[in-house]
Amino acid sequence: MSTGSDRVAPAPAGRPRIFLVEDHAVFRAGVRAELGEAVEVIGEADEAAAAVELINERLPDVVLLDVHLPGGGGHAVLRGVLPHHPEVQFLALSVSDAPEDVIDVIRAGARGYITKTISGPELLQAVYRVAAGDAVFSPRLAGFVLDAFAQGGAPTTGLDPELDQLSPREREVLRLIARGYTYKEVARDLSISAKTVETHVSSVLRKLQLSTRHELTRWATDRRLV
Amino acid sequence: MWVRIGFVLLSICSGIMVFVYAMAWLLIPMEGESSNIYSRAINDRRGIRLIAAILIPVLIALQLITSTLHLGFVGFVGWPTLLAVGVVILIWRNANESEKAFIDHDVVPLLGADTHGDGRRWLMARVALGVLVGAGGIVLLVEGHTTAAALRPVGGTALVVAASVIIFGPWWLSLVRDLIAERQARALAEERAQMAAHVHDSVLQTLALIQRSSDDPQNVVRLARAQERELRAWLFEGRPPGAIGEDATMLGEGVGLLQRQVEADHGITVQVVMVGDCELDEALRALLDAAREATVNSAKWSGADQVSVYAEVEADTVMLYVRDRGQGFDPDAVPEDRQGIARSIRARMTRFGGSAVIRSAPGEGAEVQLSMPRRQRVR
Repeated sequence: MSTGSDRVAPAPAGRPRIFLVEDHAVFRAGVRAELGEAVEVIGEADEAAAAVELINERLPDVVLLDVHLPGGGGHAVLRGVLPHHPEVQFLALSVSDAPEDVIDVIRAGARGYITKTISGPELLQAVYRVAAGDAVFSPRLAGFVLDAFAQGGAPTTGLDPELDQLSPREREVLRLIARGYTYKEVARDLSISAKTVETHVSSVLRKLQLSTRHELTRWATDRRLV
Repeated sequence: MWVRIGFVLLSICSGIMVFVYAMAWLLIPMEGESSNIYSRAINDRRGIRLIAAILIPVLIALQLITSTLHLGFVGFVGWPTLLAVGVVILIWRNANESEKAFIDHDVVPLLGADTHGDGRRWLMARVALGVLVGAGGIVLLVEGHTTAAALRPVGGTALVVAASVIIFGPWWLSLVRDLIAERQARALAEERAQMAAHVHDSVLQTLALIQRSSDDPQNVVRLARAQERELRAWLFEGRPPGAIGEDATMLGEGVGLLQRQVEADHGITVQVVMVGDCELDEALRALLDAAREATVNSAKWSGADQVSVYAEVEADTVMLYVRDRGQGFDPDAVPEDRQGIARSIRARMTRFGGSAVIRSAPGEGAEVQLSMPRRQRVR
C-alpha cells in the first residue's frame, strides 16, 4: 500500500475528526475499532442524503466515504459537500475493482482511494495523510491512472499538455506505487525526498481531477457524472 | 562437430578451405595437449627413417619402370602420391587417441576401409564402378574439346558427378545421419528440462505443501487429490500441470487466474494491478508461469500476508513485478542450482528471450522483476 509506516504525518491540531459514510454497520464498527483512540469519530451515516446533511453541519477533517452508497453513491456526497465546504477532505473506500468507480470519486474531489482490505495502521496513515492535505494513492489507483494516461492514447485536439499528460517522473512514481512501494521506498528508489514524492502524487491527483482526457471523461460520462 | 561440418560446407565452395582446415588440425594443439601433430611428426625420427626406407626404393622402382615403359605421366602422378602416403602414415603414427578416433570416425568411412566381407566386396564394386564412370566422364570431357560435339562435355560432366555420388554418397549420408541424431538429442534434452520444470511446479510444490500441513489431514487429502487429478491430466490428456492461462486468451485474464489460484492454494492476498492488456502468446504464457512461480515462492517463504503483482504492457515489452514485504533473502547466497528460481523462473524467461531480475535483502522483502519482449506489436 502507498500508506505504509514510512512517515507519520502530523495530525492536524491533535486527533483528526473523522466522519464515516458506509452502509455496512459491521464495517463501520470495524473501522472504529481499528482507528481506536488515534482519531475522533464525530459521526456516521449509512446513506448519501443523511451524510451530506450531517457533514455540512459537523465539518469533520476527513470523511471516510464508501464508493457504493444507497441514494446516489459516493459522488453524491462529494457534490453535496465540497461546493459549500471545500476544506473537508474525502478519502474513498471501496471493495470495487472497477476503474470507473474509482476515477469517479477522485474526479468528484476525493483526495485518495484505498481498498477495504487495507490494514488498520495503513488506514490510519492514509487518514493522517489526507488530513494533512496530501493525496493517497493505492497501487490500484496508480495503475488506473497510468492506464488512463497511457502514452499514445491521447486525443489530439483540445488538450492542455500541462493537464492531460503525465511527466516522465510522475509516471515513474506511479509505476513504483503500483508495484506496491510505499512513498518512502519510492523516494529511496528514485533518490528523491519523500516530500517530493508527495508533490508528484498531488500533482497527478490535480491532473486527474482537471484533465479533459477522453478516457477520463468517458468514465465520468458512463456514470452520468458530467 | 559443427566446425567440421562448416569446413565441409566451405570446402564445397572453395578447395582452399580444406587445406586451411588440414593445416589448422595439424598445427593447433588439442585441448590439454602441449604439442601439435605437426611438431610430433617432425620429431618422430624413427617413423621418418622407416618411411624413407620403404618409400625411396619404391620410388626408384617406379621411376625405372616408368622410364623403360615411356609412361611419363605415371611418374608425374606417382611422386606426389607417394609423398602424401608417407605424410599420412607419419600423422597416423603421431596422432593421439582422440585424433585417431576422429580419423577413424570421419575419414576412414570416406575410404570405406573399415568394412568387411560382403561390405568390402560391395565397396570394391562401388569404387570400381565409380572409377569407371568417372574415367568415362573425364575421357568424354577431354574428347569433347577436340571434337566440339555439344553433347559430350555435358555427358562427361554428368558422368563425373555420378561417379563422385557413387563413391562419396554413403559417406555424405552418414554425415547427415549424425547431424539428425545430434539435433534429436538436443530436442530431447530441452523436453527433459521442460518436464523437470513442470514436475517441480506441480508435484514437488504439492509435496512441500503436504509436509507443511501434516497436522491437517483434510488439507493433505485435498492437496493430494488435486495433484492426482492434475498429474493424470498431464500424463494422459497432455495438459501441462501448473500452466496458467490455458483457457485465457488475454494477459489480464491470465493474471486474474494466477491471483485466484494462488489465493485459493496458499491463503494469501494477491494484489493485482494491471496497466494495459494484450493477447497471450507462448512467450507470455511462459511469463505467467514464471510469475506464478514467483508468487507461490513469496506465499510460501516470505511470511508476508500479501503479495503485489504489477503487470504493464508496453509497446514492445511486457513487464511484470512480483513483490512481497516478507523476510527477504540474499539472492547471492541462493545456490545457482536451486530449482525454483533457476529453472522455473529464469529458464522459463530466457527460453523466450525474456529476463528475470531478483531484488531482495534479508528483512527487506523481495521483488522479482520479469520482462518479456512482445512478438506482435500494437499498431
